[in-house]
Amino acid sequence: MTTSLFFVQLINGLQYGLLLFLIASGLTLVFGVMGILNLAHGSMFMVGAYLAWYFFEHTGSFGISALISAAIALLIGIAMERGLIRHLYRRNHLDQVLLTIGMIFVFNALQSLLWGNDPLGVPVPQALSGAIPLNDVLEYPIYRIFVALLCIAIAFVMYYMINKTRLGMLIRAGESNREMVECLGIDIRRLYTIVFAIGVMLAAIAGVASAPMSSIMPGMGEHVLITCFVVVVIGGMGSIKGAFVAALLVGLVDTFSSVLVPQISSMMIYILMAFILLIKPQGLFSS
Amino acid sequence: MFKTNTLRTAVAASLATLTLSTPVLASDEPVKVGIMLPFSGVYAALGDATRNGLKMALQEKSSELHGRKIEFIEIDTEARPERAPEIASSLLDRSKADFIIGPVHSGVAMGMLKVLRGKDTVMIVPNAGAGPVTGPLCAPNVFRTSFSSWQPSYPMGKVALDKGYKNVVTMSWNYGMGRESLDAFEESFTAGGGKIVKQMLVPFPQTEFQSYLSEIASLKPDAVFVFFAGGGAVKFVKDYDALGLKGKIPLLGSGFLTEGTIEAQGAAAEGVMTTLHYADTLDNELNNRFRTSYKEQFGKPSDLYAVQGYDTGLLIANALNQLKGDISDRDALINTMANTTINSPRGDFTFSKAHNPVQNIYLRTVENGENKVIEIASPMLEDPARGCKL
Repeated sequence: MTTSLFFVQLINGLQYGLLLFLIASGLTLVFGVMGILNLAHGSMFMVGAYLAWYFFEHTGSFGISALISAAIALLIGIAMERGLIRHLYRRNHLDQVLLTIGMIFVFNALQSLLWGNDPLGVPVPQALSGAIPLNDVLEYPIYRIFVALLCIAIAFVMYYMINKTRLGMLIRAGESNREMVECLGIDIRRLYTIVFAIGVMLAAIAGVASAPMSSIMPGMGEHVLITCFVVVVIGGMGSIKGAFVAALLVGLVDTFSSVLVPQISSMMIYILMAFILLIKPQGLFSS
Repeated sequence: MFKTNTLRTAVAASLATLTLSTPVLASDEPVKVGIMLPFSGVYAALGDATRNGLKMALQEKSSELHGRKIEFIEIDTEARPERAPEIASSLLDRSKADFIIGPVHSGVAMGMLKVLRGKDTVMIVPNAGAGPVTGPLCAPNVFRTSFSSWQPSYPMGKVALDKGYKNVVTMSWNYGMGRESLDAFEESFTAGGGKIVKQMLVPFPQTEFQSYLSEIASLKPDAVFVFFAGGGAVKFVKDYDALGLKGKIPLLGSGFLTEGTIEAQGAAAEGVMTTLHYADTLDNELNNRFRTSYKEQFGKPSDLYAVQGYDTGLLIANALNQLKGDISDRDALINTMANTTINSPRGDFTFSKAHNPVQNIYLRTVENGENKVIEIASPMLEDPARGCKL
């Protein structure tokens, strides 16, 4: 591999990793704070992408469509927590898995009914449609750089929110001792609703952001979900910092293995996961 | 659902009037047509279109069926290969189907073949392109009205050579249809002196193509030949454009790259060149009539899969007509089917010894969001049917 190709692949890997972080962050946040294993997280990624397409077709503006989609995702998140998830806090993980797997089927059926089964696409927004030449053949699309920066920005906001704000303080407190927080007169149920809705919205935002650079199709959520779980497990269940490091790691390993060892590239991230769990059974940054 | 029911009633009604007016009947028993298609899951849209086309043809030809009624028995395969043998057995033994139509997915085709090869029913494959169906596993009672995976890709090798491309990178998902397509391209391309710089196989159904495309850019081939379909094809064509390869390295493909995906691909697909046995834009009287009539009946545009379903219906109708409605002699039925000519919207085609279509393969290029036909890349192309002993 030449040096220039190495750097191109490095950028590819980092960009893929950052997107993975955006999707996985909501999953790990919800698990860390509420102890809920949300298998329907991938479905929210899919819903985000479909909403982005739907509102783009109706408004003609990707920006407006993105805002509406994120707002709807937030509402779906609130409804899911209030209507379904709330009843399972005191049950075990298996019950949560059953419920959220059922939700995957519901979302898939809704997708098929509302939007059909043909693959759909959204064009890249005009303002971000250019590309930066890397060498004589290859260019790097500005939109992908924008998405990478957006992911970094969201990582910072999450870090700031959890460590420096009152909401973050409550989240951290709720994580370590739920009863004590309740004793101090904080409505932990409202806090949970907010956290769950934010988690859902993060998945949907990832779906919206990927819409212009991927194909919007049935089953896109499940594929993403598996990779997401690899990221969350490697990083340590519930750790945002862990998810960030793990996502970049998975992105780089996946990218380089598909070039260097194409025959076994599809298993490389799982080998990585097994290897890390051998050394650190709780993941890299488990609390 | 409502529409197909209406159609079924219409077929029944028109056949009923026919029955009354025809004094001599071949048989009162309806012809049983088992349908094994995916009506849910990723391939649901393909299954729907195929079924619509099939019923449309049988309705159009209802006056030529010599009074025979058609009874459809429909089962959803969900495109799950592991369910195929069981469903095929039930259609064969319990429903006593005369014809079994299916499937879309090649894996399901293998499962069906396991049960149906050499049996007393005729299996007609309206899509699945797996080579073995009309190759090593060919059988007298198995027909295909679509294509073999070899057919759409083989002519592109010569097209590439004619364009002056000497070094080509090929790329596909690492699964049967993908590998068979790349091999077919390679066969004609290397025979004419071309060189495959690298063959890239991506794990199915992964759609992270960026690292592969970066490598292609560094290899600087004269052209790239790919097989992708559905959602993966949309993503691939968009990535190819976004990373700046389009316009510098020509993109060639098996026609499925731009079939049912062109709208989602948008401007990124412009100029992509593909070969296939059909194009929506084929300008002949039959195709124009077919497209208009399909749109009227089902309220949406027809596609390749609707045509393949339609031709499957024509094949059954032709046989019933020529045999005057009597299909009890299965050898005569198979013989008639094998020697018939189908007047298809894709152009007339006949069947090879292995019962695969001998058909035109068209060279198409994407212009203004449509697959525009440039020329016939290979007239009446016959699959070599390697390993078939018929």
